[in-house]
Amino acid sequence: MLDWLQHIGHRVLSVVAGLGRSAQLLIAALFGVGYVLKNFRLLVKQVYVTGVLSIAIIGVSGLFIGMVLGLQGYSILVDFGAEEALGQMVALTLLRELSPVVAALLFAGRAGSALTAEIGLMKATEQLASMEMIGVDPIKRVIAPRLYAGIIALPLLCILFSVVGVWGGMLVGVEWLGVFEGSYWGNMQASVSFIHDVLNGVIKSVVFAFVVTWIAVFQGYDLEPTSEGISRATTKTVVHGSLAVLGLDFVLTALMFGDF
Amino acid sequence: MSDTANLVEINGLTFLREKRAIFSDLSLRIPKGKITAIMGPSGTGKTTLLRLIGGQLKPDQGNVVVDGLGVPGLSRKQLFELRQRMGMLFQSGALFSELSVFENVAFPLRVHTSLPDDMIRDLVLIKLESVGLRGARDLMPSELSGGMGRRVALARAIALDPELMMYDEPFVGQDPITLGVLVKLIRQLNDALNMTTVLVSHDIDECLSIADHVCVLSGGQVLVEGTPEEILKSDLAEVKQFIQGLPDGPVPFRYPASDFAEDILFAGKSGVSV
Repeated sequence: MLDWLQHIGHRVLSVVAGLGRSAQLLIAALFGVGYVLKNFRLLVKQVYVTGVLSIAIIGVSGLFIGMVLGLQGYSILVDFGAEEALGQMVALTLLRELSPVVAALLFAGRAGSALTAEIGLMKATEQLASMEMIGVDPIKRVIAPRLYAGIIALPLLCILFSVVGVWGGMLVGVEWLGVFEGSYWGNMQASVSFIHDVLNGVIKSVVFAFVVTWIAVFQGYDLEPTSEGISRATTKTVVHGSLAVLGLDFVLTALMFGDF
Repeated sequence: MSDTANLVEINGLTFLREKRAIFSDLSLRIPKGKITAIMGPSGTGKTTLLRLIGGQLKPDQGNVVVDGLGVPGLSRKQLFELRQRMGMLFQSGALFSELSVFENVAFPLRVHTSLPDDMIRDLVLIKLESVGLRGARDLMPSELSGGMGRRVALARAIALDPELMMYDEPFVGQDPITLGVLVKLIRQLNDALNMTTVLVSHDIDECLSIADHVCVLSGGQVLVEGTPEEILKSDLAEVKQFIQGLPDGPVPFRYPASDFAEDILFAGKSGVSV
């Protein structure tokens, strides 16, 4: 019993200590904004690595999810003779929920894991230590550009996801199943509010980007520099990142759309 | 730099790793302008000592003073400023894998100076020439052998002409030709650039051939220090065992274990699962 209590206590302490270290890293990295602006090329490169290189997976996923929404939406709506509302259904589902959430989940798997593995390998091969000894703070040089790049890239990817998804929904709904094109776009235009739907979705995405990238860079920076440590940290980035996104999504949805 | 005779002074240093004392009440002086070799068996914390001097680790007790500045008490900014005056060669080389050989050596110059590009190019080529790798400037670190990587890392470490140069096991994994050049190079760099050198190694011949001052560490303490001749003449059994490379002596070769015969005969009964 005592052993068990001790074990629980030990786990709690190590979780709290980890949270403290991650907060320290976050604050130091956020204060590295001056360094990042001065060395703008570092940021551009990381936006390319995390954002541009994720376009393919985000685009393809957006297309398929839009197509599935078109198909499922049609089969439900047609029973009520309401298939003309397909456009607004696809657009609202994507903008409010699916784009921010699915893009963030894919981002955690594609870019987050890569960030963790890259930073972890830099730590394991003493590159971070040698940078420190050269007199350059790796938090400013390595962590900060990656953190800011993630925060910039994911919201843009989320918007791309929505655009491609809406187009995919149209492909199935209008081109294949024969919904009138004018009502697909017209209903969408009439019912989607820029602030309530588009902007809220982007805000969600910014929050997810912040959390996922924070988890990714922290796991990379804090890992045990062994091959096992790197693999464990990469897994943690994807698992913690995905759970955080899903949990936060509920909280944000309740805050944004919960006032009936 | 101040005029004191010691560039680095370590006073009453205690450093624990997971409650195990790596150093206990260690005091050590590194004289200015000389090559100090820190020797000792594996696991005596030689690399840890370099990290303590560079401020990457903080001591649990005691102080590390570099050029009159107490390293553990420095702010992050002051520490990074101090490090610009130090160079360190890591055991693995630790080259930045995303930069070419040329850019690796140029890195400290680019971040700490505002020299024009053509001057940086000249300086980098001079440093690379001194380690014999000017021709390898366009290669990536992944294309280098271990020994070559270490030489590029050396060129990078001396790029800013540091006052204190620290080498972590520089002789490991070098072929005999490179080894000879490296030993000479360490000596030349120290004398020509008026550096202070700290060398951590267990390669006895190389260390004793170039060092002015030798410290032998064991069990978290300085066992003996002095000139190479004094070390060779030392009567201490531990030092003799280390210098002559004998398995039997006061320094145990084997990790502590239960009785061998008992372990073999009663295998499986003492909680050892196969």
